[in-house]
Amino acid sequence: MEGQLAHIGAGLAAIGSGAAAIGVGNVAGNFLAGALRNPSAAASQTATLFIGIAFAEALGIFSFLVALLLMFAV
Amino acid sequence: MASEAHGAEEGGLVFHPMDQFIIKPLFGGDHIGLFTITNATLWMALAVVAVVALMVVGTRRRAIVPSRGQSIGELAYGFIYKMVEDVAGKDAVKFFPYIMTLFLFIVMANFLGLIPMSFTTTSHFAVTVVLALLVFVTVTVVGFVKNGAGFLGLFWVSSAPLPLRPILAIIEVISYFVRPVSHSIRLAGNVMAGHAVIKVFAGFAAIAVVSPVSVVAITAMYGLEVLVAFIQAYVFTILTCVYLKDALHPSH
Repeated sequence: MEGQLAHIGAGLAAIGSGAAAIGVGNVAGNFLAGALRNPSAAASQTATLFIGIAFAEALGIFSFLVALLLMFAV
Repeated sequence: MASEAHGAEEGGLVFHPMDQFIIKPLFGGDHIGLFTITNATLWMALAVVAVVALMVVGTRRRAIVPSRGQSIGELAYGFIYKMVEDVAGKDAVKFFPYIMTLFLFIVMANFLGLIPMSFTTTSHFAVTVVLALLVFVTVTVVGFVKNGAGFLGLFWVSSAPLPLRPILAIIEVISYFVRPVSHSIRLAGNVMAGHAVIKVFAGFAAIAVVSPVSVVAITAMYGLEVLVAFIQAYVFTILTCVYLKDALHPSH
């Protein structure tokens, strides 16, 4: 029973991946909106884009980590 | 993961999607000790060989009009050099060899892992955690050597209002120590998830009705994985540069 509950918890933790997807999409979409307004400045900001995506993704990674812990460690 | 019941029944997965990540000793036996040569060892060694082949053999005959190998080597060098300079600052250039090595190793391990039937070393947390911890330790040591106790200013946000600073300091300390976790799991998680998805679609390819769809899906996912293999190596490297910048210039 407890193992099954852990699997349900892992599934619930996967919701965090979707939330991270919203965050990453938000970052990339806003970058694109800005880049289309001023394409000449876009190339210099791709590094910032990736850093922003990485930070937005980090929180999704924690939910993935929680899911992994529930699956294999609990 | 290996001991889980495999779906041997008809129509189901005939192999487990995580089976591709099992570490096996290369020369027989079941025991895996500290020095056992496993498939992970082999593919990491191959990644190193590929890096050496690209950078040493590729640039052996340096021509004005570069060959294909030479231009890839030059592109990679210029790409990372510019990244270190832009993101981490001019005085971080002396860490360029380390960052270049990190990038080339990860990108080669990712690309070699995309070869069918190969083994993806970067899909294992053990590999990426070592890489990330090394970055974490390096950055912390560099920060303290360069700035002394001034490195702790990274946690004391002097631009914030005074009552807020202790709370921010706690948050900053937590986020600092969580860095190696997110740094390593981002790489391993992305690579592992992508490969597992490809294997899941490969399992569906055995069912005649959905077989064409799943073959198309495998091709599309594979294309995406080629992109992810590069982007995750890039993200790992650029985050290393960001952490290095924090260590060299800790003031906010």
